[in-house]
Amino acid sequence: MVDVFYPLQWIADKLTYEVFGIAPETRLGASVNFIIYDVMKIFVLLAFMIFVISYIRTYITPEKTRKILGGKKGLQYYLMASLIGIVTPFCSCSSVPIFIGFVEAGVPLGVTFSFLITSPLVNEAAVAALWATIGFKATLIYVVSGTLLGVFGGYAIGLLNMEKYVADFVYKIKVGGQTKMPEDLNVKERAAIAFESVKDIVSKVWIYVIIGVTLGGIFHGYAPEGILEKYAGKDNLLAVPIAVLIGVPLYSNVMAMIPVVESLIGKGLPVGTALAFLMAVNAISLPEIIILKKVLKNELIGVFVLIITLSIIFTGYLFNIIL
Amino acid sequence: MKIEILGTGCSKCNKTKEVVEKVLKNTGVTAEVVKVEDIETILKYGVMITPAVVIDGDVKIVGKVPNEKEIQKWITK
Repeated sequence: MVDVFYPLQWIADKLTYEVFGIAPETRLGASVNFIIYDVMKIFVLLAFMIFVISYIRTYITPEKTRKILGGKKGLQYYLMASLIGIVTPFCSCSSVPIFIGFVEAGVPLGVTFSFLITSPLVNEAAVAALWATIGFKATLIYVVSGTLLGVFGGYAIGLLNMEKYVADFVYKIKVGGQTKMPEDLNVKERAAIAFESVKDIVSKVWIYVIIGVTLGGIFHGYAPEGILEKYAGKDNLLAVPIAVLIGVPLYSNVMAMIPVVESLIGKGLPVGTALAFLMAVNAISLPEIIILKKVLKNELIGVFVLIITLSIIFTGYLFNIIL
Repeated sequence: MKIEILGTGCSKCNKTKEVVEKVLKNTGVTAEVVKVEDIETILKYGVMITPAVVIDGDVKIVGKVPNEKEIQKWITK
């Protein structure tokens, strides 16, 4: 297969070995080459992914979503909620209003959770960074399993009939209907919105990319080969749960985390363990739990965290078997 | 004129308030700017993604920081 990123590697090689004059076989050379190549590749894919997803997003608003999913039961709606979660912009500050909005529209609790789980887990920035670093195949596996995790987690919460563990005030709130989102945009307007998102997100995450890639680059050049294989290889069954348990409370910018994880994989960390760790970092964090505590009682939060943690650990083992 | 900035306290919401106040100052339009952080009120406007700007009870923008041009259009018409 032709490597579409070959030109970027060519530029990275030229810069490192000719412009900076660093010898290819040195540790410094390996680090610098890694940093230049990764930064370029991440930014190219980041711009591309954000543009595509933001364009699709102009068709899907939470207002529309809750109307579509309101009062719907059946596995296909869990899948739909999970898929919509991928394309919805979602900072943790919107999770409470979206949660209440869904519940108020009669979206079943389980379906709401499918959305809430996938939304932070699979997003365009993480996909772009994963694709740029760990490769297309692992990214595809991450997206598919993240979506299924949303379906499964939501479904499990639905089966447990936990409606009474939602804070009582949630059921009393009435959501107004006057929001008018522009529906009849033309291609140019949609593209303009998508372009704005690219600018907006890139201006926010670039610094994390640089930090992450630099740390990853240093590790890539200077850490001994196979160091992680020795301590966290596939035959160490504790590696996956430990990686997940570290990742769950951790609140970190994935854009910084992914290049670091890439360099860990390069030193022998199994891809499955790495993906499970990234999922755990993305799916839940301590700050998000604190925000959700406003609308969920402790029992439901506990079940939510438990289901996510266990399914990510399971997914990690599964990845390590199939990859 | 009453301008409400809806937001639960994220950085984008603070930025929205700054931009709105800047445009008000530049255009010399007087308006009461209120930051609404109460979820019930936010949802009453049907807003689920913050920040949002409401002018005299009318939702103008949802889910993103408006640019100066947009704000100018809303307040000068």
